[in-house]
Amino acid sequence: MIPLSWYLIFAAILFCVGLYGVLVRKNAIGILMGIELMLNSININLIAFWRYRASDGIAGQAFAIIVFAVAAAEVAVGLALIISIYRRRSSVVAEDMNLLKW
Amino acid sequence: MNFFSDPITFIGNWLGNLLVSIGISQQAATVIITFIAAGVVGMFGFSLVIFTIWLERKLYARIQDRIGPNRVGPWGIFQTFPDMIKIFTKEYITPIGVDKVAYNLAPILSVSAVLLIWAVMPFAKTIVGTDVNVGVLYLVAMGGIGALGIILAGWSSNNKYSLLGAFRAVAQIVSYEVPMVLALLIPVLLGRTMGVNSLVNAQSVWFIIMSPIAAFIFFTSSIAETGRAPFDLLEAESEIVAGYQTEYSGLKFGMFYVGEFLHAFTISALTAALFLGGWRGPFAEQIPILGVAYFFIKAFIVYFFVALIRISMPRLRIDQMLNFNWKFLTPLALVLLIATAVVDKAFYLVIPGLNISAGLLPWARAAVHLGVNLIIVLVTVQILKSHHISTVKIVGKPRPVAVAPEPPASVIS
Amino acid sequence: MAAEQIIFILVAAVTLGAAISVVTSRNLIHSALWLILALFGVAIFYVLLDAGFFAVIQVIIYIGAIAILFIFAAMLTRRVMQETGPQSNSTWWLGALIAVLLFAGIALIFVNWQGFTTTASDLTNPGGRIVQLGLALVSPDQYLLPFELASILLVAAMIGAIYVAGEKKQ
Repeated sequence: MIPLSWYLIFAAILFCVGLYGVLVRKNAIGILMGIELMLNSININLIAFWRYRASDGIAGQAFAIIVFAVAAAEVAVGLALIISIYRRRSSVVAEDMNLLKW
Repeated sequence: MNFFSDPITFIGNWLGNLLVSIGISQQAATVIITFIAAGVVGMFGFSLVIFTIWLERKLYARIQDRIGPNRVGPWGIFQTFPDMIKIFTKEYITPIGVDKVAYNLAPILSVSAVLLIWAVMPFAKTIVGTDVNVGVLYLVAMGGIGALGIILAGWSSNNKYSLLGAFRAVAQIVSYEVPMVLALLIPVLLGRTMGVNSLVNAQSVWFIIMSPIAAFIFFTSSIAETGRAPFDLLEAESEIVAGYQTEYSGLKFGMFYVGEFLHAFTISALTAALFLGGWRGPFAEQIPILGVAYFFIKAFIVYFFVALIRISMPRLRIDQMLNFNWKFLTPLALVLLIATAVVDKAFYLVIPGLNISAGLLPWARAAVHLGVNLIIVLVTVQILKSHHISTVKIVGKPRPVAVAPEPPASVIS
Repeated sequence: MAAEQIIFILVAAVTLGAAISVVTSRNLIHSALWLILALFGVAIFYVLLDAGFFAVIQVIIYIGAIAILFIFAAMLTRRVMQETGPQSNSTWWLGALIAVLLFAGIALIFVNWQGFTTTASDLTNPGGRIVQLGLALVSPDQYLLPFELASILLVAAMIGAIYVAGEKKQ
């Protein structure tokens, strides 16, 4: 019914929107949200390829499970880091986190 | 198909044939009937709340040596209807500075998350909304949406007490999801399926007999999920006014109220379905309508205990509540999960050599699991005994309550 | 146009609109709410792709855990950046340009690939897919090693998060 191309184009647009968020957002939490959008678009791609090209196996689903685990771990550590920085420096702006710059 | 033994399926088939005979295609008729059925299940949930609110008020009153509602109808059974009319006619007050979208979305989310659980509720062998093959996970997912509604309500109200309630909600609901999920895995393990109706089908021996600890953990953590006493820290009126619902009035408050009571009955029904055999009982396979009766009898027995706990227990402190979760329920659930998995696997490895007749097999399995559960209970009690604090720790120096101050020297002389 | 295609277009439009709002909204909590809507849209795509298990997992992990963590973090750090000033860099046009160029590049690769417009064949044994996935994740000749690595990663992330965000007691 729905050709594979629709899913791929949708995932590509979602990935680019997420990338825009990562590049442009000042707030570190906003950057993490952009990363989440990118990971979601990758998951759609994985499941779509599994469904359309390799639905006999289970590889696409297994990959998607790993991506879920990585996303959860990334958010937990990322938000912990942001809260820790906020406690020390009272800021969540990514540009202010420049202690390692010089 | 007999009308008296299975009225719901009978009406469904009759309606489907009627729709097809007036010229609607088979697929469209299925869609229409699905919508009607969803509406009926939802309305049924709401009408149950009308009854359970009365029941709980009556129980509450009896335990406090009062009579309770007794004016409207026999035993005051219609008391909820005037209350409903009152709450419909109240004014909506939207405070200044609230986030309008989130403020109005929160009550809807918290009611619909509970109502959506009824989609997988098995009323009888043939009367079930849908038996999705990931039903147990679906239950957990709906719990997450309910937590979201509470957090939104607390944040959007622009009130510090609401926000404190939301913080407590995150701490409580999200952390009590962990033992709940672990306890839900045990019926999945024992029944070899994740669909709720399939789990009821698999209970030739009730799971509460096979694993009473799992039933206890699920029951306790679901009460914590509903946010009722003794876990009602989200709305502790002596500390944070009314928590996340402080700024709500009229029907919006009413939706939170209905959501809470519906949730309380929903967890009772789930406990009945997952651990007490659901619609199982004598002749329930042949006459599905009997299964509905068994299911609701079991659900109301569990609900009686939920109400009893709410009425008779004092409120916990936040640190006690989190300690109870992370230091008691979660480790216990993990140990139980590993033990159940290992024992079940070992049972099926050993059993072919023992020549047990097929009729006795489920009971032998249940006995083994019950034994393991009892051992875990004994060990837990021993560990708790060795760690209990026997003396009260004195924090500060004892001070006399009222001592007359020394009179100044000028008065004495 | 079939019903599935109409559903796809509607859900895709809502999801993309929500995603754009995530990256442009000034209020961080609103961003998180839009993120929840976008994640719901992705869950519906999993249903359309015959992967209902992933739709439920998406709701549990992303909406029940990750989005709530985001809202929580935004509430904890809300005194700064609360709807004051622009939320984007001064070079936002450069970011937009890179995103558009990337999309153009991906699209260019897609149109030159002959498998682009494949349509799906019927899924064989849809009910047994969860069993198959579960067995694949724990059998040593399939995906046991990635599965164990993911669990170690999760434990490490948990310890790390507790250590980093926990209060240091003097």
